[in-house]
Amino acid sequence: MLPEELIELAESRASAEAYRHRLYVCTAAGCLSCSGDKVRDALIAEVRKRGLEKEYLVKGVGCMGLCVEGPLVYLPGEDVLYGKATPDDAPDIIKAVGHKPVERLQSNTVVPFFTRQKKIVLENCGAIDPEKIEDYLAVGGYMSLHKALTEMTPDEVRHEVRDSGLRGRGGAGYPTGLKWGTVRKAPGQPKYVVCNGDEGDPGAFMDRSVLEGDPHRVIEGMAIAAYAVGANQGFVYVRAEYPLAVERMQKAIRQAQRTELLGQNILGSQFSFNLEIRLGAGAFVCGEETALLSSVEGRRGNPRPRPPYPAEHGLWGCPTLINNVETFASIAPIIRNGADWYSAIGTEKSKGTKVFALAGRIKNTGLVEVPMGLTLREIIFDIGGGIPDGRQFKAVQTGGPSGGCIPAQFLDMPVDYESLAQVGSIMGSGGMIVMDDTSCMVDVAKFFMEFCRSESCGKCVPCRVGTVHMHDILCKISSGKATLTDLALLEELTDMVKATSLCGLGQSAPNPVLSALRYFRDEFMAHIVDKTCPAGVCRIERPAEVMA
Amino acid sequence: MPLNFTQPLPPTDDKRWRIVSTTMRRHGQSQNALIETLHTVQQTFGYLDESALRFVAESLRVPLSQVYGVATFYHFFSLKPQGEHSIVLCTGTACYIKGVQSLLDVLQNSLHVKPGETTPDGKLSVVAARCVGSCSLAPVVLFDGELVGSITTDMIKDRLRRWGIDAA
Repeated sequence: MLPEELIELAESRASAEAYRHRLYVCTAAGCLSCSGDKVRDALIAEVRKRGLEKEYLVKGVGCMGLCVEGPLVYLPGEDVLYGKATPDDAPDIIKAVGHKPVERLQSNTVVPFFTRQKKIVLENCGAIDPEKIEDYLAVGGYMSLHKALTEMTPDEVRHEVRDSGLRGRGGAGYPTGLKWGTVRKAPGQPKYVVCNGDEGDPGAFMDRSVLEGDPHRVIEGMAIAAYAVGANQGFVYVRAEYPLAVERMQKAIRQAQRTELLGQNILGSQFSFNLEIRLGAGAFVCGEETALLSSVEGRRGNPRPRPPYPAEHGLWGCPTLINNVETFASIAPIIRNGADWYSAIGTEKSKGTKVFALAGRIKNTGLVEVPMGLTLREIIFDIGGGIPDGRQFKAVQTGGPSGGCIPAQFLDMPVDYESLAQVGSIMGSGGMIVMDDTSCMVDVAKFFMEFCRSESCGKCVPCRVGTVHMHDILCKISSGKATLTDLALLEELTDMVKATSLCGLGQSAPNPVLSALRYFRDEFMAHIVDKTCPAGVCRIERPAEVMA
Repeated sequence: MPLNFTQPLPPTDDKRWRIVSTTMRRHGQSQNALIETLHTVQQTFGYLDESALRFVAESLRVPLSQVYGVATFYHFFSLKPQGEHSIVLCTGTACYIKGVQSLLDVLQNSLHVKPGETTPDGKLSVVAARCVGSCSLAPVVLFDGELVGSITTDMIKDRLRRWGIDAA
């Protein structure tokens, strides 16, 4: 396809979509599980029954965020959102279009959950049909790639990304522009671009929602990245646990190939780029970049020491750029609107927006995108709606098994890479699990250590053996059989594993324990000294029962 | 590559081996396609048995030890046949906080199956998944691949009854 054809196609699609009324039905995994697809089909049937196909458009779209109210139906023209809709509600919904909305289904759209968000990565999620490239083109899709290829040199693209201040959204926060520069300058050919969609963090589902809701955005970001670093082949590594994401990504790649937005001489330029999917197979460690590369090559996901970093020595020994799904999804808007626009959002050191997955003991579970620098309180209480059932907030867990629990005293801390690291957690990929007073922190620490223990790949000793021992001690503590000596040993082990493990998994495995010990030491003491579990979660046998 | 190399024959004349061969061919019989191929075998046959591992190893010219290593490294692959029905319980953080443990206890107490096991009559496999990424619906269970959120013990019992599995 030539550039003019792309623009023409985008314009014709935009006008073809000029319906009088639009109804968007969420068909992301969350809403699908409560029959979102049946609601969509019922609405389509109802429109057809009334012979209104020319005026009413019903389509399935990606995640709208408020998963707790699913299945969701949104009427963008009227700004009306319906929650918990059923196929039986279809006649009422269609009848009410253009009139007074159906009250019993209506969700408020002027609550902070919607008004406080700033959608950049998720701007198309919930507005386009992820299974149609035409929808993506109609909202200006692939125009950033067009701009990069026709108006910018690879260096200009890299500088734009560097100046935007975008940092890796996988968790570590390495400046994206810097990484691109390293790959660009690294000697050796060919070069590869890899998208890390191995979202192993339990409690995180941002990447899933982006892959399911706007797969073309990721493809476009990867193509721009490939142009900037000089690569011609890319891989999208997706977890096999996300079958819908895999399916939609596969479909998107095929559509892009058919419209020649992937392949040889893209948009009439000298640039060629192709993309393949690689499936994960259920190994948390594969989120670590060297392990991921090993897995893409079809081997066991064992990490290797760094340096050399993948940017210089990656897939098959070639320079390889690895970025997270959300990072790639941020690229197109940066190229479209410029670095200054992006760097005006967020804090001094953390620019732009971040998508968070809210889950656990919180009212509005779902997906939110907010500017960096909002406080935890704003995210959890204003946007998230606070804790249900009148319970007390206890801690929020960020960063999954590599992060930590942040107690109430830090609720007014701004959320950015540095602040989270300061209090002993990490940004991570963006999972936020809220806990109330029914959660026992010893039990939570034990949960994460069990996770790390079984996910340790076994290559290096500190992680393989250390996690087992830490888990044993935590089990002992939670069953009320530990002594203070055990606690001292646990603390010694955390230091040792953190300092000497080979990869990020082992180095960060002690984090949940460390943060729990730092902020909730009294709970550990209660288990060890008083033999009680303050939250009533751990089953502590009374001494008499032990005797019997 | 030895010049006299010929593709090995499938272990049985089951037509489904063609699907596996197609996957390997699509990736140019490349060793990099090992995980993709094992995915196809598992999707087609439900699990990876020894003959399948040997066939894949020979076809892709990968040492059998390496194929076995990959098949046992990744949780997704199973070397044992799966039950007629499957329950996958998500044990991610959100589901854990919302009490997935009590659901696991129910299955363990009533059917004596632990995660990763199949009932002796081959009717039901129970799997504990790390996180299926539907945390907003926690606790989440996949009944034969169908995702259902906000699960209670009654919902599990109800489903078992529908499958004709007697949960005492």
